[in-house]
Amino acid sequence: MNKPLEGEPLVILHVEDDEAQAELVKRSLAQNRVRNRVLNVYDGEEALDYFFHRGKYSDKLKSPKPHLILLDIRLPKIDGLEVLKQLKTNDSTKKIPIVILTSSAQEEDLAKAYEYHVNSYVVKPFDYENLLSLMHDLGFYWLSWNNLPWVIRAENDRNYEQSVKITKGT
Amino acid sequence: MEKVVLLVEDSEDDIKLTQMAFKENNIANKMVVLNDGEEAVEYLFCQGKYRERDINDQPTIILLDIKLPKLSGLEVLKKIRADNRTKYIPTVMLTSSTEEEDMIEGYKGGCNSYVCKPVEYEQFSQAVKQLELYWVLNNRTPNKRIEEE
Repeated sequence: MNKPLEGEPLVILHVEDDEAQAELVKRSLAQNRVRNRVLNVYDGEEALDYFFHRGKYSDKLKSPKPHLILLDIRLPKIDGLEVLKQLKTNDSTKKIPIVILTSSAQEEDLAKAYEYHVNSYVVKPFDYENLLSLMHDLGFYWLSWNNLPWVIRAENDRNYEQSVKITKGT
Repeated sequence: MEKVVLLVEDSEDDIKLTQMAFKENNIANKMVVLNDGEEAVEYLFCQGKYRERDINDQPTIILLDIKLPKLSGLEVLKKIRADNRTKYIPTVMLTSSTEEEDMIEGYKGGCNSYVCKPVEYEQFSQAVKQLELYWVLNNRTPNKRIEEE
């Protein structure tokens, strides 16, 4: 019941302004036992646009609700902690697990993140080996063991199927 | 600082299995096991027989069963989240309940994660190991405990 459906990758949205870092995380996650598809947005404003269907994300089908959000703190335009706060206070997004993935272990950031109901806070290691092992644990935990209410899962799956159909249809 | 895992669980079998899986994991941590919701509240808030306990000395992670005697897991979660001294402690609902309603209530109540206990031993053991690995080694929490207002 908590296992991903056969052949259907789970969607992870990664909010990170450093493209090289984003690529590394995507590559580490690709080696996970749980099939997944990582989508990237590059600043806080884009992240909020994605969820609240504004600007270039006005088409809901092109921005499926992810099963997991990985969120950096230091982001251009809108800070990651502000993004977290907004997502966790909105009924349509508050149940999506959010993991802060950052290089900052500052006490103040940690306290704020928990204050805003982060699900988990993880500090990125500097070397690739450790990042790989961290992303393995993280991906496996959140995509496999953690359970989401069906309402989210069903909506995600439906959106994903539709977005695939649209991509194939063009 | 010693990292403590708090398990609130009333099923003897599940406690034994969880303890075994923890031992196999070999991450040196202390596990405190409590059998009902009332005792969990007394432990966390240093009341009753736990009044001598240091309130700053809180678990790294709480694994909380939903169906508990005396006070349900969801009630315990509510108390954890409502108090400044405990509200930042990561709490995972670890349960055999797959009822949609429980899950929604768990997320509404502010649990960090919701894991259904697999029925089969191998799977159960693997779930517990992953849980410990993730929450004890990878997840970070603030060091400072917020004082009671």
